[in-house]
Amino acid sequence: MPPRPHLYFDNNATAPLRPEAMEAIQAAMGPPSNPSSVHGYGRAARMAVEAARAEIAILAGCRGADVVFTSGGTEANNLALSVFDHVITSAVEHDSVLRVVPDATIIGVDGEGRIDLDQLRDVLGSLPDDRRGRTLVSVMSANNETGVLQPIADVVALAREAGVATHSDMVQVLGKQHLDFAASGLDYASLSAHKIGGPTGVGALLVRPGLRMTSLLRGGGQEQGRRSGTENFLGIVGFGAAARAAFDDVAHYRAMALWRDRLESRLTAGRNDVRLFGAAADRIANTACLAVNEKSAETMVMTLDLAGVAISAGSACSSGKVHESHVLKAMGAGVDASRAIRISGGWNTGEADFERLAELLLAL
Amino acid sequence: MTTAAPVSSTASHDAGVSQHVGANSLGFAKPPAETRVVVAMSGGVDSSVTAALLHEQGYEVVGITLQLYDHGVAIQAKGACCAGADIHDARTVAGRLGIPHYVLDYESRFADQVMQDFADSYLRGETPIPCVRCNQTVKFIDLLTTARELGADCLATGHYVRRVEGDGGAELHRGADPGKDQSYFLFATTPDQLDYLRFPLGGMSKDETRELAHRFGLAVADKPDSQDICFVPNGRYGDVVRRLRPGAVEAGEIVHLDGTVLGRHDGVIDYTIGQRRGLGIGGRKDADDSEGPLYVVAIDAEQHRVIVGPQSALACHEVRLSEASWVSRHSGYRGDVARHPAEA
Repeated sequence: MPPRPHLYFDNNATAPLRPEAMEAIQAAMGPPSNPSSVHGYGRAARMAVEAARAEIAILAGCRGADVVFTSGGTEANNLALSVFDHVITSAVEHDSVLRVVPDATIIGVDGEGRIDLDQLRDVLGSLPDDRRGRTLVSVMSANNETGVLQPIADVVALAREAGVATHSDMVQVLGKQHLDFAASGLDYASLSAHKIGGPTGVGALLVRPGLRMTSLLRGGGQEQGRRSGTENFLGIVGFGAAARAAFDDVAHYRAMALWRDRLESRLTAGRNDVRLFGAAADRIANTACLAVNEKSAETMVMTLDLAGVAISAGSACSSGKVHESHVLKAMGAGVDASRAIRISGGWNTGEADFERLAELLLAL
Repeated sequence: MTTAAPVSSTASHDAGVSQHVGANSLGFAKPPAETRVVVAMSGGVDSSVTAALLHEQGYEVVGITLQLYDHGVAIQAKGACCAGADIHDARTVAGRLGIPHYVLDYESRFADQVMQDFADSYLRGETPIPCVRCNQTVKFIDLLTTARELGADCLATGHYVRRVEGDGGAELHRGADPGKDQSYFLFATTPDQLDYLRFPLGGMSKDETRELAHRFGLAVADKPDSQDICFVPNGRYGDVVRRLRPGAVEAGEIVHLDGTVLGRHDGVIDYTIGQRRGLGIGGRKDADDSEGPLYVVAIDAEQHRVIVGPQSALACHEVRLSEASWVSRHSGYRGDVARHPAEA
């Protein structure tokens, strides 16, 4: 039973289900819903899936036909990377990129976690001509641990100049700012439902029209042959409803940037052992990565959990143990990395929540 | 090794501590609900019952399980999860009780403070008990520090030992069940650590613990007692030492006390003084039958020699002790052990 204040600040891990998504799922539950079926039930299911696809396309700024439903962001990343023989990526990517292509060329980041564009330019410049068409540059839009935004427009420009395709893990930016995939010049992008208040187990890969695709799952040829298997019907319905609600809610995150910044400045003013990570870079509004005191991040997560505040440290594996953050290591954070905790607000986090969190952290 | 622990009958059966007027079963002068207890949960039946018992008594119980080694590497199974079944069991028990539970990654501390020492000890021809080092360092220094940082009033474990409030502070006594007593595992506990520790099972027998586990409906109620060293799940500790110290293990001779070379061995680490079985040498054909079976009577690590002899050669006139730990602050026992070898 979670005790006392019930402050949830771990939305980069997962967000609570939006009521709109819950209602949509509840309304869709029950009937036999295979969108590939010819009969009336199947047609109704197809309608619902396509309606959801359209909502997601609006939120991401692409055409519905560009959306390939997957089981989540991890599968979307795997799918995009599987199309190419060689991958150039950043040192701060999610494990669902870094572990998929252990032989990738890794581009470093600066002390704030921003990709080294000069290094990227050099690596692209030294690619043999015959490899360009088989190479992908994959750079996340925003980092899950620090919230730091990458200069995607610059990355795309460099890659285009070199004739190399681009992919971006957009899981953490979706719903937090207006996105325009179609105008971004990106070729592929990964999305996830549960980070925006949809259900877990559903996501999407966006694919620019006419681009090469392979499939990881073969079978009935669903999703235009790009992802076989009966669609996760209820998941997709929930994703669509969450996307619609998120689109109407982007302004919430503009306000949140102010609340987050105020939290950080109150902490740095009130304590002399605070260190911020990535705060000098452009960031998504909801995320703060910081060391508040001398305690290890592991201890802080437990202490705050026992006080009713949910946050996280680094990224946890399935056993729940905390690993050293490869993101902070790449940023050269040194020993302070072991003290870094991540605070991430979400669609139902308000200004008062940030204030209560600040008071709690100041009192530690 | 000594616990300097006189047997006492004053311990409470509820929680293994003596009760003061106005104090709860763990010895704090406040209601259980306001007493935060960290329970070191290994996933076994003892620590699970410890957590369940304290939870039932109304304490604010926080379960912590230590990830001490990579289970997949230990059993050398490719693709095995980094967390073994024990961590899963601990989490299941905590979930059933509805208490917060955390897994702490102590792999590097465990490797540095327990496994390296374990390997070096074997290479010196000794037979170590790594659990002693683990309790002494990983559990009662590192975990204890974390428990304090979490604001816990005490750290409870499922050891079968009793902590008794004596006139001069907390005393460490043997567990009530002589068959399960674990005080020797904890001989190196310091007074400060003991002050913070609680052993709710100290007054119980293993059968009582299992009964309680059934009453609490714990899935681990019938889980067998662990016999092996945790990071040597198949009992083949020699493999672990060879992996930790590649090249350090050298073959050598097996020599009888009378100087006769009886055979060869692949490393002194595979032998323990008192060992009779698996020596890889038959009886000596020329030997007097009355000599009986041969035992390892000494290990010469420097010369890589295993010395064997009759049972009678195992008797000794001198026991050398080291790292003596005077647990009780005012026990009156003092002395430099190394200077007082027992006179034959």
